[in-house]
Amino acid sequence: MSIATPSAVETFTVTLIIRRFDPEIDTEPRWQDFDVEMLPTDRVLDALHKIKWEQDGSLTFRRSCAHGICGSDAMRINGRNRLACKTLIKDLDITQPIYVEAIKGLPLEKDLVVDMEPFFQSYREVQPFLIANSKPKEGKERAQSPEQRARYDDTTKCILCAACTSSCPVFWTDGQYFGPAAIVNAHRFIFDSRDESNVRLDVLADREGVWRCRTTFNCSEACPRGIQVTQAIAEVKQAILRGRGA
Amino acid sequence: MSVTIDSPRAPRRTGGVNWEKWGWLYMRVSGALLVVLIFGHLIVNLVVGEGVKAIDFAFVAGKYASPFWMIWDFAMLWLALIHGANGMRTLVNDYAANPTVNKVLKFALAGSTAVLLLLGTLVIFTFDPCPAGASADLLPSFCPVP
Repeated sequence: MSIATPSAVETFTVTLIIRRFDPEIDTEPRWQDFDVEMLPTDRVLDALHKIKWEQDGSLTFRRSCAHGICGSDAMRINGRNRLACKTLIKDLDITQPIYVEAIKGLPLEKDLVVDMEPFFQSYREVQPFLIANSKPKEGKERAQSPEQRARYDDTTKCILCAACTSSCPVFWTDGQYFGPAAIVNAHRFIFDSRDESNVRLDVLADREGVWRCRTTFNCSEACPRGIQVTQAIAEVKQAILRGRGA
Repeated sequence: MSVTIDSPRAPRRTGGVNWEKWGWLYMRVSGALLVVLIFGHLIVNLVVGEGVKAIDFAFVAGKYASPFWMIWDFAMLWLALIHGANGMRTLVNDYAANPTVNKVLKFALAGSTAVLLLLGTLVIFTFDPCPAGASADLLPSFCPVP
């Protein structure tokens, strides 16, 4: 009696060209290539792990959950902002090397790690929390219909990975622009029927607010959560023209 | 003494004209109007009647004899020039990080726009194909012989 043995899983070699930068040694970033043996089910993050664990322990990158929800490992993969943990290597063209570099527009700290502080600063400035001064009617809850909840459902999906903001050409050249992610998170409260503040509309009507958006759609293309970012920005523009949100 | 701030983290902008907002709105409104104006202009000049072959000095003179086309071209001139200049201003803001360069470029932009607007408006409203006192060999054939 013969027992069927599973056939060996096919592996393939891919070349990753990674933009390295060590602030203690380098004055300019440099490209370095690595060959790794990968499985068809592997992601770019697995390739980075293999390099860090088996070839060069100094390779520096951020990752936390590794399942597309913490938003730590946004990076530029073949020129497009992607989460390394959601990008399957077999979906890329593996006959060519895979270029991996840090997201653009934020200060480079080391290898694939950037300083996220300017990004979070503009996130804080749009006041991404419920502002309601009135007492809820009858009872303790602020009731909301399913339709009212659906109005801002798309923008609740943001994981603050900065893929959108760091894909925006306006953000690259204008360091003061709030950026798509901050506007998405403002949209989430501007269109929330329970929120009573117009302060975010005032903040985003600013010189560096929504009017900087040139509708290039890079942000919508980059978002790993599929948020219609450009549409959300357009809706905030209209809310500012109307003078009110929800 | 109270330690409560009335409106914590109030926005930086308080009153005044929001030029960015009106500039953005201007681009949309003028853009929509320009689609009508420019396509109307192209159809009348290049398609209707004999088409492009009909264009000569007399054709232009004939158009500027009508207040309708004077207003049409006047609207096209102002809407398009300011639309273009505002777009250029955006480019300057994007790429001229040095404040001095930024100022100089915007100043040059505003100046050239103003001159072109003034000259264009002057031509539209003072155009005379047969100015009195000009020598006959410089005048087009349709002018009355003095």
